[in-house]
Amino acid sequence: MAATHKPPVTGAGPLNGVLTWFDQRFPLMALWKSQLAEYYAPKNFNVWYFFGSLALVVLVIQIVSGIFLTMNYKPSAEHAFASVEYIMRDVPGGWIIRYIHSTGASAFFIVVYLHMARGLMYGSYRKPRELTWIFGVLIYLCLMAEAFFGYLLPWGQMSFWGAQVIINLFATIPVIGEDLAVWIRGDYNISDATLNRFFAMHVIAIPLALLGLVVAHLMALHETGSNNPDGIEIHENLDPKTGTPVDGIPFHPYYTVKDLVGVAVFLIVFSAIVFFSPEMGGYFLEYNNFIPADPLTTPVHIAPVWYFTPFYAMLRAVPSFFNMQVWGVVVMGAAVMIFFALPWLDRGRTKSIRYRGPIYKAFFAALIVSFLVLGYLGVEPTTVWGEFPKALPLLGGDYVAIWVARLLTAVYFAFFLLMPWYTARDREKPVPQRLT
Amino acid sequence: MTAIVLDQVDEKKRRFLIVATTAAGAVAAGGVAVPFLGSWFPSARALAAGAPVEVDISKIEPGQQITVEWRGKPVWVLRRTPEMLAQLEKNDAFLADPQSTSAKQPDYVKGAARAIKPEVLVVLGVCTHLGCSPTLKKQVGAASDMGADWPGGYYCPCHNSRFDLSARVFKGAPAPTNLEIPPHRYVSDATIVVGENPKG
Repeated sequence: MAATHKPPVTGAGPLNGVLTWFDQRFPLMALWKSQLAEYYAPKNFNVWYFFGSLALVVLVIQIVSGIFLTMNYKPSAEHAFASVEYIMRDVPGGWIIRYIHSTGASAFFIVVYLHMARGLMYGSYRKPRELTWIFGVLIYLCLMAEAFFGYLLPWGQMSFWGAQVIINLFATIPVIGEDLAVWIRGDYNISDATLNRFFAMHVIAIPLALLGLVVAHLMALHETGSNNPDGIEIHENLDPKTGTPVDGIPFHPYYTVKDLVGVAVFLIVFSAIVFFSPEMGGYFLEYNNFIPADPLTTPVHIAPVWYFTPFYAMLRAVPSFFNMQVWGVVVMGAAVMIFFALPWLDRGRTKSIRYRGPIYKAFFAALIVSFLVLGYLGVEPTTVWGEFPKALPLLGGDYVAIWVARLLTAVYFAFFLLMPWYTARDREKPVPQRLT
Repeated sequence: MTAIVLDQVDEKKRRFLIVATTAAGAVAAGGVAVPFLGSWFPSARALAAGAPVEVDISKIEPGQQITVEWRGKPVWVLRRTPEMLAQLEKNDAFLADPQSTSAKQPDYVKGAARAIKPEVLVVLGVCTHLGCSPTLKKQVGAASDMGADWPGGYYCPCHNSRFDLSARVFKGAPAPTNLEIPPHRYVSDATIVVGENPKG
């Protein structure tokens, strides 16, 4: 057997014997070296590079707190709301476990949005990292599904009516829509059957897919090596003596220690929210969700949780054409799916925003602004900015916020759809040979 | 036993076997998926619970509305006053679809009243935009909180769709069609059944 010919593990003191026993039966040291101790990462990672490892931390937080929540939660329309209150009031420590889970949901999206923004800025989606990016977008889709299914479980008014709005998006699909919505709900309305299957999706189906995708995301990343704020390939400049990248440093101990600092800062902020403001002024836990679900009363204002609001604002901004309202859904879906095409839309000669030209920077800034303002508009009712004066031609009497949302939706898509044009024509700066 | 000699391998046969095995496996997987995907359709119990409901309408005063539950959704029964009915025709110019040509409704309700008996409106209280439940704003004019020119009707707080008292949508609202009229029939003057078409 080849394994027995491996040299014994050294340098682990009293653990040498145990580790040798494992290493001869499992690729322990090989994995340790290839993935951590001898995985060379660019030496110039900045603060934007914290969010990948933080996403992993939040994933663990969600899985652990989620497992403990299922021990007292009851996925039935009759008992769900009461069982959440039971967790909050009677289960020892139940309140903190639930607040960790609900804060973790929002934290997940904050971390992932920053992680994606990093990828956009430094061109981490560009060749040869297209697959890492695609696995990442799939993870983002899973997260959205996970958040959507999970939000029904407390069975509050927002749970119910939020799910109602989203499932009815499918009902707008011509011909099959109505039957599809019934199939998703398992009933003519959101009911016990819906809650039960959403529970199954939330606690097992999606998390399994998510874990698999995270592994694939990391494997693809470690195959190509990490990008960096300069967008230069460090593996093209190797030290002739050692054969390792001149501008690279081993992930362990350099970045494990750096990431630990990020984790510490993150946990300080996270705990502060869990302890002092778990509802976050109605943004992390909506106030209407403290009222049990009532199929016969719609809350006055239905808004999704903040992480969906940019897309929700787009949905609302699109009017119905030809007596069909599927267009808003199409636009909303396209706004997410277009991320998949990003690696092939970008024709820039440089990866990082540091060396991009002024046109790219202007488009990128417009994308960020439109995403943030759409996010704000999605939280508010469409009446938030009032109406245009009646005397105004064409727009008179329409809601200002609707038209702003339409404009910003166009800006959002312009960033992607015009990309092949403006990235190819931009005046880019020369890229240095070495990391700066 | 004969050893396999590489240049004697029949690549064509091997490829055929791979494709055939894959295809058979895919068909089997598709077949196995049927009961699993089928389990997401409404159960026999849910189908039974979706059965028609009987409603006593004799105690509804003119101008009053009651809400009954049918298939887990609100169904409104509004007894309209003569003034309300008179207003309906005047709304036509402001409506997206005054004749309800694209609305979901049984063919035994027609015209502006959208009802078997004009004074009794039976309508599904679910906005055709995204499924919220609109509110009755039956007062006319400024007292309704809906502006001085409000003719009385329904208002959806989710995305500002407005409907008249026949649940027909006003122009410029996000709701694409008038509210749905569920199938219903009169057992007697005092009783209707929601969820069943008239017999005969």
